[in-house]
Amino acid sequence: MSTKKDFKELLTQDAKSGKLGRRDFMRFAVAAGMTIPLASGLWTSEVEAATPKKGGKFRLGVHDSNTSDVHDPGQYLSVGNIQLAHTHRSYLTEITPDNTLGPDMADSWSATPDAKIWTFELNKNATFHSGKKFTSEDAIASLNHHRGEKSTSAVTALLSSVVDIRAKGAHAIEIELNQGFADLPFVLTDYHMAICEANADGTMNWQDGGGAGPYKIVDHKPGIATTLVRHDGWHREGAYFDEIEMLALNDPNARQTALITGDVDAITSVDLKTMALMARNKNLVVENVPSGSAITLPMFCDVAPFDNLDVRLALKYAVDRKELVEKIMFGTATVADDYHVSPAMPYAPTDIPQRPYDPDKAKFHLKKAGMSSLDVSLSAADSILPGAVDMCVLYSEQAKKAGININVVREANDGYWSDVWLKKPWTFVKWGARATPDQMFTIAYKDDAPWNESHWQNKRFNEILLQAKAELDEAKRKEQYREMCQIARDDGGTVIPFFANFVYARNKNVQHAPSLSPSWELDGARGCHRWWFA
Amino acid sequence: MGDILSIVSKRLGLGVVTLLVISIIIFGAVELLPGDIAQAVLGQGATEENLAAMREQLGLDRAAPIRYFEWLGNAVTGDFGRSLVSQQPVSEAISTRFANTLFLALYAAFIAVPVAIFLGVLVALYRNTVFDRVANVVTLTSISSPEFFLGYILILFLSVQTGYFPAIAKIDDGMSLIDKLDRTFLPALTMVLVVVAHMMRMTRASIINLLASPYVEMARLKGVPAWKVIVKHTLPNAWAPVINVVALNLAYLITGVVLVEVVFVYPGIGQLLVDAVTKRDFPVVQACCLIFAATFILLNLAADVGSILTNPRLRHPK
Repeated sequence: MSTKKDFKELLTQDAKSGKLGRRDFMRFAVAAGMTIPLASGLWTSEVEAATPKKGGKFRLGVHDSNTSDVHDPGQYLSVGNIQLAHTHRSYLTEITPDNTLGPDMADSWSATPDAKIWTFELNKNATFHSGKKFTSEDAIASLNHHRGEKSTSAVTALLSSVVDIRAKGAHAIEIELNQGFADLPFVLTDYHMAICEANADGTMNWQDGGGAGPYKIVDHKPGIATTLVRHDGWHREGAYFDEIEMLALNDPNARQTALITGDVDAITSVDLKTMALMARNKNLVVENVPSGSAITLPMFCDVAPFDNLDVRLALKYAVDRKELVEKIMFGTATVADDYHVSPAMPYAPTDIPQRPYDPDKAKFHLKKAGMSSLDVSLSAADSILPGAVDMCVLYSEQAKKAGININVVREANDGYWSDVWLKKPWTFVKWGARATPDQMFTIAYKDDAPWNESHWQNKRFNEILLQAKAELDEAKRKEQYREMCQIARDDGGTVIPFFANFVYARNKNVQHAPSLSPSWELDGARGCHRWWFA
Repeated sequence: MGDILSIVSKRLGLGVVTLLVISIIIFGAVELLPGDIAQAVLGQGATEENLAAMREQLGLDRAAPIRYFEWLGNAVTGDFGRSLVSQQPVSEAISTRFANTLFLALYAAFIAVPVAIFLGVLVALYRNTVFDRVANVVTLTSISSPEFFLGYILILFLSVQTGYFPAIAKIDDGMSLIDKLDRTFLPALTMVLVVVAHMMRMTRASIINLLASPYVEMARLKGVPAWKVIVKHTLPNAWAPVINVVALNLAYLITGVVLVEVVFVYPGIGQLLVDAVTKRDFPVVQACCLIFAATFILLNLAADVGSILTNPRLRHPK
């Protein structure tokens, strides 16, 4: 029985990937003992549905889509921006549906052994919506948009180690860095790094909303709707829909109603409280994709009582992560282990044991720190994550069993990032997903990082961080990141209860590849050109 | 008539002063909000250098009073500046949105005002009957429920379950009027439910008030039918308070639609205002608020003029 089932799966898989035609599929299926109608039905339901078809108008309801959304890639911020950017613009590299690094406008890339000079070979067939051919000038202008003192880009930090970007002919660029940086191709998948045409003076022309993406904008009303049509000169496979319509549907109820009544074909975010009700609707599919977006609770490691490692460990043992995931996130999160590398990220370690909820162990560490009880304050605001305050209250109930008294402070939603985060000793933070562990550690855990949110200083951690940056040997790198994760878990000042999943929904007639890219909502924000209608 | 013109001009003058004061208050309030536009636009990820570069580009590094008077100077000449975020002229950003809000308000008003006054007359006629009670309870319930709740209820019954009307009131310029009216029916109906009670009860109250006066008694004694007593004898004298309430509700239809716009994803000015406040986009906030303020001032003026015109005693003061 089980072999037969395996064979069936194998057969459909081969057929889906195009290795088997319909005739061969039928022959093998019948040979395996299936009846002809059964085999034929299997072909229609499984294989045909998985073969991309062109056509149709894809209507997408997007949350966090504002009137103030701009075309300047340096100032992309909202989900609406990110979804649109990946639809009408292209990047040098991309995160593929199976979560590896793949080519977009760059065909291939290589580095010198010290990872200080990178060469990107650019796609020769790529064109912009204006009809202009894509050349190295455009790539250089687009990357330089995020460099220099005058830059208003939000991600100048990502390219701060770049010394020079120069053309090597019309279809290759060379990027020189002041330190080895093995992750550079990953960094270029960041949603800010969109490629636009270069102006004559070497600046980037983002103002007209043009790009080299799979769809070009026909009509754009920020905060209301954007319509796009297929860009025939697009340089890659995909772009199955003829037209795209992105609707700003910020209200969760309006968004979900629109999907239920068939006003849209997919939506970017599902309200967790009503998720179960939506999943009951047979015409809809709710996607629940683990991501790299973490909830962190950073404690200032240079402020009492958090300067004591045993206090930090006590707080890490006093949290029941599973209960938080079930009750606050309704199961749409992945339990974390106090290191900021999610299973959806490259180099994620697999052999570090999960820290359990253990009030006795927490008490033991408190005792070791010379305390019988502990009073601490934790600041949170619901604008950071709906349910943030509830989560902290639940944590505080769990911690009571260990003699720890967590006083949850509800902060004002407005100005949380400027007045609370990095200012108060223990806060609730939500991080967007970063492409690699290096990026995450460099931003928020490196000793001198401006956003070292836990004021954590660990010599060994920072040493390996620098070594791993320039390490091109994959196996060695994996081991280095494993060690860093272990140190962060056992010494770091951040409680990381879980990684939030991306939860979005689509109508059943919208199809996609077997796996979904975990970098953003809707298949790494690339659903518009990767998906198709059945 | 000369009196009315002088009243109108005096009130308009006062209105301008009011707008000026409001603009100062709004500017101060936006300044008081924590964080600034550079922070709101660049988000959590911005460094100090980014923020400084952005502030310089937008001229935010100058003192607040200088920026205010600069804005005021331009506004007096009709230039309301550009949105700090999108760099689009404010008038351009607001015009279509405001036209949409106006469209929805008028749509709702065209249904609500006749319905409310008709119902008001009916319940006055059949006061203290079951009909009166039911009409009162229903309209009071609808005015007491938050707009978004009413909207959700309507969506549930008229859209999700029966499919009579679209749940999303997305309209664009290319649509025919019929399409627009169909698309925006649910938000308009929500607004109607919210404003009808006030107008209806005011009509009822002022009519019932008059029914006790001697001239109505006289009319009855000479055998005028009950409905005629109300429509011909009391209603003309009841107009003044009713017009006042209608004007107030019209103003509410324009300025109070934010929640309804959000629930039905209607591209009106309320949503724009919310976006602008979260980004600290001062020129847009200022323009939206001034439009709201001007609406109130003008409709109040219209209400006063209307009640003078319908009341001979006010038209010809001794």
